Amino acid sequence: MSAARELLQARGLVVRRGGAEVLTIPEFCLHERESVALIGPNGAGKSTMLLALASLLKPSAGEISFLGSPVIASSGDTSYRRRIAMVFQEPLLFDATVFDNVASGLKIRGVPGDEIRRRVGETLERFRIDHLAGRSARRLSGGEVQRTSLARAFATKPEVVLLDEPFTALDPPTRHGLMLDLAEVMRESGCAAVISTHDQMEALRLADRMIVMQGGRVVQSGTTSEVTANPVNEFAASFVGMENVFSGVVVSAGEGVLVLDVAGQHLEVVGSGTPGERVVLCAHPEHVVVTTVDPHHRTSARNVFPGKVSRVLQFGAVNKLYLDCGFPLVASVTSHALQDLGVAAGSRVFASFKATSVHIFRKG
Amino acid sequence: MKRLNTLTLLMAAAALLGAFLTASPAKAASKNLILATTTSTQDSGLLDVLIPVFEKESGYMVKTIAVGSGQAMAMGEKGEADVLLVHSPEAEKKFMDKGAGSSRRLVMHNDFVIVGPAGDPAKIRGEKTSAEAFKKIAQSGSIFLSRGDNSGTHAKEKGLWKGAAVTPEGQKWYQQTGLGMGQTLNVTAEKKGYTLTDRATYLALKKGLGLEILVEGDAKLLNIYHVIEVNTAKWPKVNGPAGKAFADFMVSKKAQEMIGKFGVDKFGAPLFFPDAGKKPESMGL
Amino acid sequence: MDLILDGFRMAWHLLVTLDKEVLGVTLLSLKVSGLATLISLLIGVVGGTVIALAEFPGKRILVSVVNTSMGLPPVVVGLFVTIMLWRNGPFGEWEILYTPAAMVIAQTVIASPIVMGISIAAIQNLPPNLRLQILALGASRPQMVWLLVREARLPLLAAIMAGFGGVISEVGASIMVGGNIKGYTRVLTTATVMETGKGNFDTAIALGIILLLICFAINYLLTLVQQRERPR
Repeated sequence: MSAARELLQARGLVVRRGGAEVLTIPEFCLHERESVALIGPNGAGKSTMLLALASLLKPSAGEISFLGSPVIASSGDTSYRRRIAMVFQEPLLFDATVFDNVASGLKIRGVPGDEIRRRVGETLERFRIDHLAGRSARRLSGGEVQRTSLARAFATKPEVVLLDEPFTALDPPTRHGLMLDLAEVMRESGCAAVISTHDQMEALRLADRMIVMQGGRVVQSGTTSEVTANPVNEFAASFVGMENVFSGVVVSAGEGVLVLDVAGQHLEVVGSGTPGERVVLCAHPEHVVVTTVDPHHRTSARNVFPGKVSRVLQFGAVNKLYLDCGFPLVASVTSHALQDLGVAAGSRVFASFKATSVHIFRKG
Repeated sequence: MKRLNTLTLLMAAAALLGAFLTASPAKAASKNLILATTTSTQDSGLLDVLIPVFEKESGYMVKTIAVGSGQAMAMGEKGEADVLLVHSPEAEKKFMDKGAGSSRRLVMHNDFVIVGPAGDPAKIRGEKTSAEAFKKIAQSGSIFLSRGDNSGTHAKEKGLWKGAAVTPEGQKWYQQTGLGMGQTLNVTAEKKGYTLTDRATYLALKKGLGLEILVEGDAKLLNIYHVIEVNTAKWPKVNGPAGKAFADFMVSKKAQEMIGKFGVDKFGAPLFFPDAGKKPESMGL
Repeated sequence: MDLILDGFRMAWHLLVTLDKEVLGVTLLSLKVSGLATLISLLIGVVGGTVIALAEFPGKRILVSVVNTSMGLPPVVVGLFVTIMLWRNGPFGEWEILYTPAAMVIAQTVIASPIVMGISIAAIQNLPPNLRLQILALGASRPQMVWLLVREARLPLLAAIMAGFGGVISEVGASIMVGGNIKGYTRVLTTATVMETGKGNFDTAIALGIILLLICFAINYLLTLVQQRERPR
């Protein structure tokens, strides 16, 4: 990652609307093949940031540069806009067939007809909508609409894609299927991406780095694991700190159970994979059980790790225990249980979770 | 993509149509003649017979603007017409006095008649003078329809009321249509009222109307048409030669014969009587 | 009642035998109003798109002026165009008063605001981010405008038909600037007025029926177009 070139840079970016600063980004950088998630609630400035990065919005101050040369937000200059692509929250398809929609970016660039047919065909296949090529965009389901919209962006082989909450309008199963396909396309194409979302799972699936935003400002930024494991404050925690996320390597696989190596410790989880494969794991804090005595003899939990409490955060009825078990782990306990345990920062405890309560996915 | 081409197609169609429209009036501008005339000459069908002959002979293209005599003369006074064919002698004299016309020649006449419902509620049938008939209509309060449009017929009608010493304006029974002769006759029939009409238009429409001629033959009811050339000295843009050619044609032997024969085959009697060359005095003017 | 029945019988006869004069009048109506509509289409769509997309002071006022002009009385337009085209008027040199060209001008004046008003609404009703999405696809400014116009093509088609329906059925301006000259500027509406005046109700009714059929066809197409929906 460190060897990768810097593709897109922003410095001192400020966007004002009606006198108020809606976006203040002192520093932003996107490397080649890297994907960054902007995460935060509505109104955090995610969309504004994407529009600015797409040069569709003239910042009040600051500079954006692409491969070292400054980008000017002007409808007259297409040179930068033709190397990137942006997908909006609402799909904004043209009243035309799926094929024509996906071809539109290529037509705008004056690509010859044969080349258009070849590339559109390819892209349609990658997004599994080749059977819809001749269908009018007016007669598509929500998932098909969003696939078409994404295909339209990727058909031009952009060097950077900017995705503004691309799955918001979809129901969970559709969202899940599309997310897997998008992750695949992003990995294959190797294009860099900035994705805004308010869903942590999306960020984890699609991004290497995460930028937590609030009120137009960056609250925290870092790799997905760093940010999810160590939220800097309650806001960040409420958005991303609820999850245990760590990367690991498959040690062995068999009978639907994988043994993984995470920071030198072995974890057993339910799933499939091949030895040597890099995966990301995540577990809900609610599923992490904390005890003060070694539970090996009494529970069915296969994954028991001794550790130390590094921090206790109180959120009223529910509390978070941040543990260090050789890898960071967060547990969620009720106030009552916390009293019973009688632990504080520095206490030695045992953390355990079931093999079924860990989600794993492959890392691009 | 198919739909994308629709606009291109439309524009091509526009270009073609444009070419067509500019091609059809391609006759030289100086070959255009604007004839401002009364509705009666058009509605009776006389001009449909005369104008093609004139156009063929002279090569001019006649643009007939059928309006009332008043408006026709107003157009002449502004130099917006080249020649007038009108029937409002009093106004015509004023027009000539102003120097708006360069020549005024007698073309033809027919006559006005007073028509009304067969029932004749005002009992004017057979009255010898128009003045008596108008007085009776006023006294009985029977509905009278006036053109009210400053046409030659309207001017004549106003003169007749004056002669009968009646002021009809503002009376409940006196209604103005503001329409041409044909339409005024339609309204009159509908309302079962009386009106003053030129004989030609009446005969042309007679079939469906149910109105009868009740008073005719009064010398005051003569309807005399003059052709007036608009003065080129006053309005240089007026097509003088064309105006003169048309006026000459109207008083030519050929046209006069056609006028005399017009309507005989259809109505059994001529609608107009050719008068070219007669002295105005012989017409009682 | 007999008169009306006779009228319809005659009208039917004139229609099925393709009476030369009726046919000529109908064709001229279609040509004049068609051309006026096409010119209005250029003026209205280009002007409407510019007004809808550009930001400038006084935009609201301009839009409301355009919207008010959608209902310009044809007679008033006829009067002003006549005054303009008089031999001694500002454009007298053209010598086009009482020609089909003058009718096309008057009808263009009537139809342009209709097409422009609907065009403005059509472009403004497109999703606000569509402009940005098109730019994000790498479009130049002209490409963006073209794609927006293409997206609004259904309502723009409606605009065209509303404009055409407006001018083919108007009589006031046509009779004033055209003069209802036989075989030259006589169109369906002016001929209907004249034939009624002459008491030729059969011909008048025939002309009226043709006009009705044309208007019906236009409105039918309009309805079809308007019932289609936009994609998400």
